[in-house]
Amino acid sequence: MLTKRIIPCLDVKDGKTVKGVNFENLRDAGDPVELGALYSQQGADELVFLDITATLEKRGTLVELVRKVAANINIPFTIGGGISSIEDVSACLNAGADKVSINSSAVKNPALIDSLAREFGSQCIVVAIDTRNNQGIDLVHTHGGTKATAIQTIPWAIEVQERGAGEILLTSMDHDGTKAGFANVLTSSISHRLQIPIIASGGAGNMQHFVDVFTQGAADAALAASIFHFKEIEIPTLKHWLADQGVSVRTN
Amino acid sequence: MSDSIALIDCGIGNINSVKNMLQKAGVRNVQISTSEKDIAEADKLILPGVGSFDYGMSKLKEYQWIEVLNDKVLKQKTPILGICLGAQLLTKSSEEGVLPGLGWIDAHTKRFKFERDNELKIPHMGWNEVIQAKKSKLLENMDEEARFYFIHSYHIVCNDPADELLKAVHGYEITAAVEHENVVGVQFHPEKSHKFGLKLLHNFVHNF
Repeated sequence: MLTKRIIPCLDVKDGKTVKGVNFENLRDAGDPVELGALYSQQGADELVFLDITATLEKRGTLVELVRKVAANINIPFTIGGGISSIEDVSACLNAGADKVSINSSAVKNPALIDSLAREFGSQCIVVAIDTRNNQGIDLVHTHGGTKATAIQTIPWAIEVQERGAGEILLTSMDHDGTKAGFANVLTSSISHRLQIPIIASGGAGNMQHFVDVFTQGAADAALAASIFHFKEIEIPTLKHWLADQGVSVRTN
Repeated sequence: MSDSIALIDCGIGNINSVKNMLQKAGVRNVQISTSEKDIAEADKLILPGVGSFDYGMSKLKEYQWIEVLNDKVLKQKTPILGICLGAQLLTKSSEEGVLPGLGWIDAHTKRFKFERDNELKIPHMGWNEVIQAKKSKLLENMDEEARFYFIHSYHIVCNDPADELLKAVHGYEITAAVEHENVVGVQFHPEKSHKFGLKLLHNFVHNF
């Protein structure tokens, strides 16, 4: 049986991880590659690197990061952050990324999903959706969740699947940073409507939250950042605990 | 280990990830083949691939490598390992396209089909365990609990059950690896499957 995936997310700026990380056994805790390798060793199933560098030479820094990760890490990884064209995706995949994640650029130009899926195959196109509930309606947000759009989240999720996305990374801005649990209701209603896998993100605070998002939320994978970086939860402990709760995970 | 391993590069696979993993497996002589000559001189071949079936076949055709590959694989019996799409290309055809495959394995490639829509996710994406269908040098000293990383929407269906090497379950039992004489194919990505993938690539390099 396919296992549920645990995915640490690393935010990277100018080649360094942001968000304070505290790993005394790393030579350079700011080095995304070394931190990624450690997570891989600990049993992370995949990694996501989000490059939040905002420079004109964006693609160069992105590709450089991908190349370093690919040379050192032997589990799948996704790269995201400002990817907006066939050329960007091509450069990342050629440098060794397994998947790319697009967000605002897909909202701005939905046809981009079609052309990327046609060119590179659905399996490597992840569409990230940032969602926030606005007076009872789930709306897609862009620009790191700060800008509301008029697009409703569930119809958008269906549309991105139809356009050829291979996976959805769903981040609930209402839950992100709260450590009060994932958006299980919304995640579940999207997961049950779609055939492609859903990665749930935002709200992880304790190990039970992961059980909940896999059972109630019907997520295929769960992504978290700070709880792993600050070692509030360690991946081997989490995975053994999930296995004890009857969730199918890779523990070896 | 002086054998030279050629990674067949016609723009359809993540060549560098496979190369990195082979180097970790202790292979020094990894060639990325960009010419017919590279392929002709190799002791072992690896055909990685991602993307669609027809795209893969049309690239092999465009590079005019099918003839030299047929000669290497069928006449000289050079060991070849197909990965993901590269494994599907070893079959005769695919529901994903109209072009004929390489046909070295008596099998076809079909799309996942579940009785109820949305019953299980497509692509089959993530870590899955495998069931060994026969003995193989490829699986020597492999951890019984080994898991591999899969990402695919189509799978191989063998006409001859004797060619089946590994199976996996996603809704139903699928073929996860095939082996017929010198031709081996794995549906998953050993280059992304951590220590298990490393072991498998090591075995291909040293045991074939």
